[in-house]
Amino acid sequence: MKFVWFNLMPWPYLPDDFRENHRSVWVDIDSKLFDPEKANGLYHTYMDQLEFADEMGFDGIGVNEHHQNGYGIMPSPNLIAAGLARRTSQAAICVIGNSIALYNPPIRVAEEFAMLDVISGGRLVAGFPVGTPMDTNFTYGQIPALTRDKYDEAHELIIRAWAEDEPFAFDGKYNQLRYVNCWPKPIQRPRPPIYVPGGGSIETWDFCLEHDYNYSYLSFGGYKGGQILLDGYWDRVAELDKDESPGRASFAQIICVADTDQQAEELYAEHILYFYNRCLHVYPGFSDPPGYRTVNTIKAGKLNQLRRENQQMFQNLTWKDLVDGGFVIAGSPETVREQMESMIKSLRIGTVFGLFHMGDMPDWKTRFSTQLFAEKVMPGLQNIWPELEADERWWCHPMADRVKPEYTVETARQIPPGETGMDI
Amino acid sequence: MSLDTRRITTRRGIEGDVHTGGSGQDLVFLHGAGGVVAGDPLLNRLSENYTVHAPVWPGFGPDATETLLEDMLDFTLHGWDVVDALELEGPPVLAGHSMGGMIAAEMASVARHDLSRLVLMAPAGMWDPDNPSPDLFAMLPFEMAEVLFHDPVVGEKLMMGGVDFGDNEALSEFMVGNARRLGTAGKILFPIPNRRLSKRIHRIGVETLLLWGRSDRLIDLAYAHMWDRLIPQADLRIIDEAGHMLPVEQPDEVARAVASFA
Repeated sequence: MKFVWFNLMPWPYLPDDFRENHRSVWVDIDSKLFDPEKANGLYHTYMDQLEFADEMGFDGIGVNEHHQNGYGIMPSPNLIAAGLARRTSQAAICVIGNSIALYNPPIRVAEEFAMLDVISGGRLVAGFPVGTPMDTNFTYGQIPALTRDKYDEAHELIIRAWAEDEPFAFDGKYNQLRYVNCWPKPIQRPRPPIYVPGGGSIETWDFCLEHDYNYSYLSFGGYKGGQILLDGYWDRVAELDKDESPGRASFAQIICVADTDQQAEELYAEHILYFYNRCLHVYPGFSDPPGYRTVNTIKAGKLNQLRRENQQMFQNLTWKDLVDGGFVIAGSPETVREQMESMIKSLRIGTVFGLFHMGDMPDWKTRFSTQLFAEKVMPGLQNIWPELEADERWWCHPMADRVKPEYTVETARQIPPGETGMDI
Repeated sequence: MSLDTRRITTRRGIEGDVHTGGSGQDLVFLHGAGGVVAGDPLLNRLSENYTVHAPVWPGFGPDATETLLEDMLDFTLHGWDVVDALELEGPPVLAGHSMGGMIAAEMASVARHDLSRLVLMAPAGMWDPDNPSPDLFAMLPFEMAEVLFHDPVVGEKLMMGGVDFGDNEALSEFMVGNARRLGTAGKILFPIPNRRLSKRIHRIGVETLLLWGRSDRLIDLAYAHMWDRLIPQADLRIIDEAGHMLPVEQPDEVARAVASFA
């Protein structure tokens, strides 16, 4: 069982009247709300938290890519991951991920992921999201009906670029490259483990199953809401006659640990509510441009939010709504452990993306919750799937004798015996 | 009265429906991103003076052929392939509304001798950075009528063909159709409806009638004047009490304007 400490890097300074007086937290968010000088400290705090999670023994630390988004100030997760690769040495670096259709050409992803894998000594877990419509279509201008086709081509190019040892020509529909020759190559060959964040389209399930990629359901709907979707995924696994390794699935869950259930509410409620009631205020017109979803997915989808009378449907959620609905797993270590165990087993997941920092949560609360989880919750959950430990498909394979960054700093000024100068 | 519908197959092998009827000079009408039906009032008015041919574009009918068209050149050449498949006696009047106007203008720019006249009704295809048109792709169904029609209340009824947005099944069907239609349209209109026609538009070699609804809130009148300036032989006429959907809002006026022009 793998636990990834994930940070969305939200902007914690959205005003109280954000929902009332702003159309959307994403795409056309009022950019005057961003204050670069405040962001200076914020980036460092968020990166410090990720490094702290490494020290706390989490299996992975996770970052992702969003654009023009009030709950994610991380358009380039690779920049953050590069910083983490230098300041940590144990946890997997989980970049979940790069929207591969958005890189022009996508060989850029092959190169940057290879760099991250090399710098981190083989600790990269590579995410390949198709990307949300907000990021992919409305912010990065990709044509909705061609997005999946472009994604498929980018995927083929990147995987070949990593695997092949000779330069090759790639005559794609969206990318024509006469000399593909990925340099550097990743440590993990032929490729790092690949996670594909998805929202429930059957095409993505089949894609993951065809290639043995982890299907990562990253919603904010919580584990009770995620059950139906992951049941559908496991049904598909059975239909396609694949093995049912829990490593095939992962899930994102908001987790808040305190000494008692009551204290969890006192400490965290306001910050979680900030997230749900401000950060998820996305104009629905940005969520589903025609052509992005397939006809079958639309037929199965919910239509209520498209109605005029339901534009106020995102009423203020309460802490009780969130806890009872499973959006948030919160409480004492024992409460959290019980619910986590139930979630892991019922969703049949091999990786949890734990969201510990949410909304405008201050640093000390984030660390308090993180530490309690690491010390009092995680140990009781790590062996839920004993057979998974031997299944090598779903996790990274770091070099045993990889460089520890802090060690190189200490030894930088020592001149090895027999060498006297700089002969680079 | 309603036009007949016949099947054609293009030289590329793309099958589709064409609504046909009337008598007189051939007029090929390319519909906008909302699609077209055989009972369309404008087609019927036009069929009083012309032999009307209104092909149903890939993505807009039952044939799942839209994956075959990916970019502007595909769209333009498909337009000419359809005209060829109609086996007309001579060059037709080529007309188009909105997206169809954009395709017609591209066709006229590429094969400048293959048509007799051009009629563009509120064509898409231009972009004025000082006057950006609203983003139809980021609109909810109930918001569209407000930018598409002179009278949004009437417009919403026209869009749904009498079906109620409150009915789940009807809404689902609308969303599926909308996804196919606008998904296809997005290949030439998303995210900015500009596929560099302005580099080719000078090639248009026939007299061109530009028709615009005075209350067009999707592609407003500033664009009408832009097209008027860019097309070598253009005649701009503005229709009152009509928005972007002028063919359905004022079919009589539009048909009269066409008849007096070509």
